[in-house]
Amino acid sequence: MPANRAPTIPRAALHHPSRLARHAIAGMNDPLIKIEGIAKRYTGRDGAETTVFQDIHFGIEQGEFVCLIGHSGCGKTTILNVLAGLEPASDGYAFAGGREIRGPSLDRAVIFQSHALLPWLSVMGNIAFAVNSRWPEWDKARMRAHCQKYIDLVNLSGAERKRPAELSGGMKQRVGIARALAIEPNMLLMDEPFSALDALTRGMLQEEVLRICAATRQTVFMITHDVDEAILLADKIVLMTNGPRARIAEIVVNTLPRDRSRHDLHRHPHYYRIRNHLIEFLVDRSRAFEQETAGGGYDPRNPPVVEPGLTEPLPVDAEVIPARPPPNLKSRVAVAK
Amino acid sequence: MRSFASWRAPALSLLMFLLFVALWHAATLPTTAERTVDAEYAKLVGAAAATGQKTAFPAPAEVGAKIGAHLKEPFYDRGPNDKGIGIQLAYSLARVLLGFLLAALVAIPSGFLIGMSPLLYRALDPFIQVLKPISPLAWMPLALFTLKDSSVSAVFVIFICSLWPMLVNTAFGVAAVRREWLNVAKTLEVGPLRKAFRVILPAAAPTIMTGMRISVGIAWLVIVAAEMLVGGTGIGYFVWNEWNNLSITNILAAILAIGLIGMVLDQILARLTRLVTFPE
Repeated sequence: MPANRAPTIPRAALHHPSRLARHAIAGMNDPLIKIEGIAKRYTGRDGAETTVFQDIHFGIEQGEFVCLIGHSGCGKTTILNVLAGLEPASDGYAFAGGREIRGPSLDRAVIFQSHALLPWLSVMGNIAFAVNSRWPEWDKARMRAHCQKYIDLVNLSGAERKRPAELSGGMKQRVGIARALAIEPNMLLMDEPFSALDALTRGMLQEEVLRICAATRQTVFMITHDVDEAILLADKIVLMTNGPRARIAEIVVNTLPRDRSRHDLHRHPHYYRIRNHLIEFLVDRSRAFEQETAGGGYDPRNPPVVEPGLTEPLPVDAEVIPARPPPNLKSRVAVAK
Repeated sequence: MRSFASWRAPALSLLMFLLFVALWHAATLPTTAERTVDAEYAKLVGAAAATGQKTAFPAPAEVGAKIGAHLKEPFYDRGPNDKGIGIQLAYSLARVLLGFLLAALVAIPSGFLIGMSPLLYRALDPFIQVLKPISPLAWMPLALFTLKDSSVSAVFVIFICSLWPMLVNTAFGVAAVRREWLNVAKTLEVGPLRKAFRVILPAAAPTIMTGMRISVGIAWLVIVAAEMLVGGTGIGYFVWNEWNNLSITNILAAILAIGLIGMVLDQILARLTRLVTFPE
């Protein structure tokens, strides 16, 4: 856990005495989210049982931004669905605020990959639908003011009356983010929220998420395929091996300072160490993790926590790279300016 | 140029119509050749037609004049066998709307329940599959026997024929609501009633409306046949009565009226469907 992050009382708890109480029951030492040995198995047509993942243990602290990286098919979305309460795990337990997750909750808002806006409602209507679910007793004026606050937060002012079909992909996802934030959840669950967007829009939305999370100290669990996205946003990056029987290989601590920006991220000495470590894992180690740990020493209950930003040797070519970034990165930075 | 392009289709329609009327007119021109016909038949169809100087099939001008007369006095009532075409159409429309609305009241809520429960969907499917293809008129004797009233039986026949398309479409629309929308409702802890009315109903509304449109079309097709059977009133009875009077002119006028009313009903439902349709 980064040193500059002291455990805080959830923001929403300040408004809700009941939730403050719940938080107190959970105890200040327990992480907000705790996953203990969950697994997902299903029986195929031929009756054979397939284990997608097993022995998954990790926690998410209050105010922490955790990214989960792994190849397709390792069950990332299933883990998120278990946390959201949309899907039960075949084995193991998941706790939120010290309570076992038994179903969906307004305390854990989900941002879907496909944005999942209701197409017959306007932008305001979509957000109001969520706000009304949280605070049904609110009158119209209070509801509108609250919705407007979050529409402004994601820079959608002026599009309140538009239907989702009239919005671009990036704007739709902004509405999805506003809808999730508007119910003031204890934590956000994001399932590859930007993967369907073009690179430019993705970069802009990443910066906004960075800004919003810095301002609100929102706890976030996010699935991503994008290594740069994970380094930009996350405090901790959870690495999953390939399925079937996927497991957590490592938890990478992001040692870059919290006030990052997309433009100068690559100039930090830790950046390429972390990036190379992640890419090396995705390319080679995620596949061969079984052999790597065959000698023992791997405990799924306490997956190794590594800090490649501090410990990895600087790659040989790294001296050149910060001065002359790879072309794709350079172009993205240039376009963003 | 643009305005000409937009007028091309209507102009072509008009041309086709005029061509059709011209052909019709040419085909019904009086001929001079004498023909011997059965005396009984001559009594029925009139001397001119019987002698072959004029065919029994009316010329377009006659039909036009008849339609004009009907339009001039659509709602007269001179006893059970002589009512204006407007009154007859009103009777038919009333039966169709009553049967259709009753069917909607039954089909939409039960379709909703069937669509929500995969078990019910599968359990009721064989019954629906068997009942759906039955001609609604086959129910007529059963209705007459049990309901003992011909007018109520006609409404029942409309009810039964409107039921299936609405039931099947509602169940399908509700069952096919996108999982992600239901997941949104789930993660927001939306209650079952609010979920039904705020998520499932708007999502399934276009499919439900399409079912209603199919139903009203079938109901309007069936009412003519049903009224030919039960008699008394209605446009179907009017057509059959005019057949007995051998007034082809009146039958043609009625056929045109049936077509126009059917088109209006369909257009109303199409408009309503467009209202609830959402672009994705």
